[in-house]
Amino acid sequence: MSGRVRRSGSLNDTGSLPPDADGMPASGTRARTRPHPGGRVPLAVVLVGGAAALFFFALPLAGLLGRAPWSRLVDDVTSPVARDALRLSLICSVCATALAVVFGVPLAWLLARADFRGRALVRALVLLPMVLPPVVGGVALLRAFSRTGLVGEWLYDALGIQFTFHTSGVVLAEAFVAMPFLVLTVEAGLRAIDTRYEDAAATLGAGQWTRFWRVTLRFLAPSLAAGAALAWARALGEFGATITFAGNIQGRTETLPLAVYLQLETNQDLAITLSLVLLAISVAVLVLLRDRWLGALR
Amino acid sequence: MKTDTGLEASVRVQRGALTLAVDFAAGPDQVVVVLGPNGAGKTTLLRVLAGLLAVDSGRVVLDGEVLDDPATGSFVPAERRAIGMLFQDYLLFPFLSARDNVAFGLRSQGIRKANARRRAEEWLARVGLADRAGAKPHELSGGQAQRVALARALVSEPRLLLLDEPLAALDAGARAEIRRELRRHLDAARGTRVLVTHDPVDAAVLGHRLVVLEEGRIVQEGSHRDVSAHPRSRYVADLVGVNLYRGQARRGVVRLAGGGELTVASSEATGEVFATVHPRAVAIHLAPPEGSPRNRWQGRVTDVDTLGDRVRVRIDGPVSVIAEVTPTAAGELGLGPGREVWAAVKATDVVVYPA
Repeated sequence: MSGRVRRSGSLNDTGSLPPDADGMPASGTRARTRPHPGGRVPLAVVLVGGAAALFFFALPLAGLLGRAPWSRLVDDVTSPVARDALRLSLICSVCATALAVVFGVPLAWLLARADFRGRALVRALVLLPMVLPPVVGGVALLRAFSRTGLVGEWLYDALGIQFTFHTSGVVLAEAFVAMPFLVLTVEAGLRAIDTRYEDAAATLGAGQWTRFWRVTLRFLAPSLAAGAALAWARALGEFGATITFAGNIQGRTETLPLAVYLQLETNQDLAITLSLVLLAISVAVLVLLRDRWLGALR
Repeated sequence: MKTDTGLEASVRVQRGALTLAVDFAAGPDQVVVVLGPNGAGKTTLLRVLAGLLAVDSGRVVLDGEVLDDPATGSFVPAERRAIGMLFQDYLLFPFLSARDNVAFGLRSQGIRKANARRRAEEWLARVGLADRAGAKPHELSGGQAQRVALARALVSEPRLLLLDEPLAALDAGARAEIRRELRRHLDAARGTRVLVTHDPVDAAVLGHRLVVLEEGRIVQEGSHRDVSAHPRSRYVADLVGVNLYRGQARRGVVRLAGGGELTVASSEATGEVFATVHPRAVAIHLAPPEGSPRNRWQGRVTDVDTLGDRVRVRIDGPVSVIAEVTPTAAGELGLGPGREVWAAVKATDVVVYPA
């Protein structure tokens, strides 16, 4: 009985809809603002907070651009210190990116496709350099690859290979911090591939290698490019691990970020000029990845 | 020496909840259609035949060559089987033109680019797409993509052609014509041809022999005519559109497994039998019918479906049955859910065959 009563009550509610129709425009407005949860926070707070944050990001950049010695820019960029640092940075970051690709793609493959115990652990290990303070990474690299390190000692004694105070050390340090960006991006890319395309290739007589080169890699290309660009940008800006592990020798281990830091003491204009170069490169990478990353956030 | 003896497969595979246990053969002169509902294991079976999945036990032999036999440890992977496969959603490589999609298999076999492309173009011409050779898959219509995929599967003249729901992705308007076209190419192709579908029309038009697969097992096989005349499962009976019963026959009476009985014309059938009644053969009365029909029982209408110029009436009673009447009759009798009616079937309209 009571169920019946409630039911008729709800019928009455429906019946009383028409009088409510006068309030319709008002409820319509409410409905329009509801999709934005932020709408409930006072607008002023949002505006002030947002503006402050924007200001916080923009001000240093403005300062950098405002203080830039535009008239001497060309001279500064072509000065020996700058040229050495630029050359070294380009070579090392490209080598580090190549290393990251050569070793990172197989690792990403394992993480994406192989089913093995401890995969979560491996992924955590790969992720670690992303969150690890770079200077700690540098110290860790020292313990492993310096002349007295775990592997470094043997490498030096047996093969005469030394990473510390050597350009190869810069490459190693940069690869260490940059590889995770590539591995993660490529792993996500691999997961997104419909493996049935590889099956289709197999039924067409394509062996494992043909399938990898002609199918998988083609689908993977955008992720690989994005991962490589991110890794390269990270390698280019690497400071902490590099200065800790490889030291700071002009023309050998002094990359752009190291040069910026050191020139700040002696030649601030040059430091600013070099910073601008790095800023320009960062902006370029952002533009390059615009569709892929910022597009996903939109 | 390989001979064209076709395909012999004994397949036992466990995939999640599905246990596939199938033994079947397909001659090189036939198109065998594997018909079954979704989840019956049709695609899994094709993947096994293609070499994309190995059997847990059993044996796959094509034209005398052992492709898969865990007992001897032999397994020929997909890329070394002389097969062509048409996937349900075609899986054309999106970054290659139609021409290069078709040429892909030839290129994989080491045939030079110019030669492979020329042969690909010949095949595209055969499927009527000579002018679309340079188009990328996303520029093709569904029917065109299907034909490119077919050309891609056929270009290397496979000994075994596998087709996974080749028409399922097409809209109804295009399907009939593409089906006719496909039939022409299937008939022209050499080698063993196995097609998987859940569409009985595909099965009727495209296949020479029908294998019905349900829940990983073959429930029936034979010509399309045999299968539709003598359904052996609820699924097939529903496809054909007849009432199917199972029971024990003795002296002209079939005692049904679900209760009730049917009188049949022939007293020869004995033992476990199937009995079918066509919905058209079921008459509906409002009062107990007096006349020749040997089978009559009272029941209640549970469902009334209008299909064009016919009305299908489901009657639940001692023997549940679907009857087919005209809309006029349904109107005059006031047939609707809940209506008490009498159903009558002549003994000569009950078809009986051994289970």
